[in-house]
Amino acid sequence: MSYSPYFNPELETMTRQQIEALQLERLQKTVRHCMNNEFYQKKFKEMGITPDDIKSLADVRKLPFTTKADLRETYPFGMSCVPLRECVRLHSSSGTTGNPTVILHTQKDLDEWANQVARNLWMVGLRPEDVFQNSSGYGMFTGGLGFQYGAERLGMLTVPAAAGNSLRQIKFIKDFGTTCIHAVPSYVTRLYEVMQEQGVDPRRDTKLKVLAIGAEPHSEEQRQRIQNMMGVKAYNSFGMSEMCGPGVGFECPEQNGLHFWEDYYIVEIVDPETLEPMPDGEIGELVLTTLCREAMPLLRYRTRDLTRVLGRSCPCGRNHIRLDRMRGRSDDMMVLRGVNIFPIQIEKILMQFPQLGNNYLITLTTDDNNDNMTVEVELAEGTDDYKSLQELEKEIRRRLKDEILLTPIVRLVSRGTLPVSEGKAVRVVDKRKVYQ
Amino acid sequence: MTINQLSIFIENRSGTLVKVLDILKQSGIQIIASTIADTAEYGIYRLICSEPTRAYQELKNAGVAVALSDVFALKLDNEPGKAADAVRIISDADISITYMYTFLWGGKGILIFRTDQTEKAREVILRNELSFIAEKDLVGRGES
Repeated sequence: MSYSPYFNPELETMTRQQIEALQLERLQKTVRHCMNNEFYQKKFKEMGITPDDIKSLADVRKLPFTTKADLRETYPFGMSCVPLRECVRLHSSSGTTGNPTVILHTQKDLDEWANQVARNLWMVGLRPEDVFQNSSGYGMFTGGLGFQYGAERLGMLTVPAAAGNSLRQIKFIKDFGTTCIHAVPSYVTRLYEVMQEQGVDPRRDTKLKVLAIGAEPHSEEQRQRIQNMMGVKAYNSFGMSEMCGPGVGFECPEQNGLHFWEDYYIVEIVDPETLEPMPDGEIGELVLTTLCREAMPLLRYRTRDLTRVLGRSCPCGRNHIRLDRMRGRSDDMMVLRGVNIFPIQIEKILMQFPQLGNNYLITLTTDDNNDNMTVEVELAEGTDDYKSLQELEKEIRRRLKDEILLTPIVRLVSRGTLPVSEGKAVRVVDKRKVYQ
Repeated sequence: MTINQLSIFIENRSGTLVKVLDILKQSGIQIIASTIADTAEYGIYRLICSEPTRAYQELKNAGVAVALSDVFALKLDNEPGKAADAVRIISDADISITYMYTFLWGGKGILIFRTDQTEKAREVILRNELSFIAEKDLVGRGES
């Protein structure tokens, strides 16, 4: 069968002018809809604005920002813009640091969400003939149901394998002829290790052709490794439960940034301190405004994710904005001896060493009133030379210092020593004393 | 003259050595000689075994960081002073030995050593007519 390269041909191939006209129309509608909600009414009143002030797309900057704290304070239903009886689904974050956040969906919200995911999967070449295995956590984690409904919307045979039980996953991949797996990147590497132990070669023994990886910040180096291991392309997926879940942004076959769907969102990159817009190409905080949400539209939601604009055109024919892979959340940032460090900077360096494995753990400790960082990383290749191990440690230390400006303790460990996670990988353990 | 030796990365942590030994046990690999030095954080466990190539593959599949390397294996009479004589010849030729260990096999002393000057060592052994073993000599249980 011959298919269009686009799932929503008209919406995906709009010109910039068409995108912006549609965005303005949808923004005005969203802002008016927000007036059904007390939280927004109050915010607008405080700022002295009304929906009529939104006359151009640039007027989005007149609108109030929203944050995770707002979601917590209005827990559970205070940010809903429709009566609860119109909602059909609720997703919630774990709430480890306070009230959980609750996101409500109407049936139309779920339909639009599924459409975004289907659009993404179609973009990377998946068609109704494909078999999609979703090895992501289900339940409250949106990567489960989000991809489930999206893959079904596309028309694929969809296997809700969920995370964990790697032997069963591999059996499914072989028996069902799985052509695409969705999982967090650390779980893909785990699956590959188990495949190796079982003598399964993904190139020879499976029909895999595409991987969708996301929900965990990962470096380009990590992606390259995953592609080399599994012998197929791995596409970066961006989502967050506040926006719906997965679907918000996805790479096209060019693998040159994530297309964020501007018929669904207004994308802004701002300076996290001043909240002023950042010029294209410069790193700032991603701020998203939903344009199609009924139950819980969010205006200028501060995602805490750091990224930059790469462009607004692409050889794939889509003119939706392209953003660089996330540098990590501003929440993931470690501050050690006054230096700001993202775990992904460390991953990037470690993955450059072919002798090292895929798993690593960063531990922050206080020793003799000094804060220290220990990086434990798996050694993948053996050697008969003790000196070369010491030299390897030294070289890792040196390159890490060039990247993060301080010298961590580096410890080589054998595989299986570091905790293996079947959900999102734990990369940082902070055992520092906190001085009050 | 040279034989295959496995070099396995071992962390100084309880359970790591037994994991490696269990893999060899389950694969039916016989250990002929082995040596490990104590270090602060990690060390290299070196061993001579039956079917080294298969042992290497089994360990690698199980995710163990392992290397296969060539080491010299000299065969000495089991008498006092023979190791000294052999090492003197090597030393006099200005060959530096990275590490060395010995074991008994078939009533003979086997002296294993590693050097970076492989070609030179080969030449010295031949010129001095030192006796050595090949991998095929290490079959059975080594009883004389």
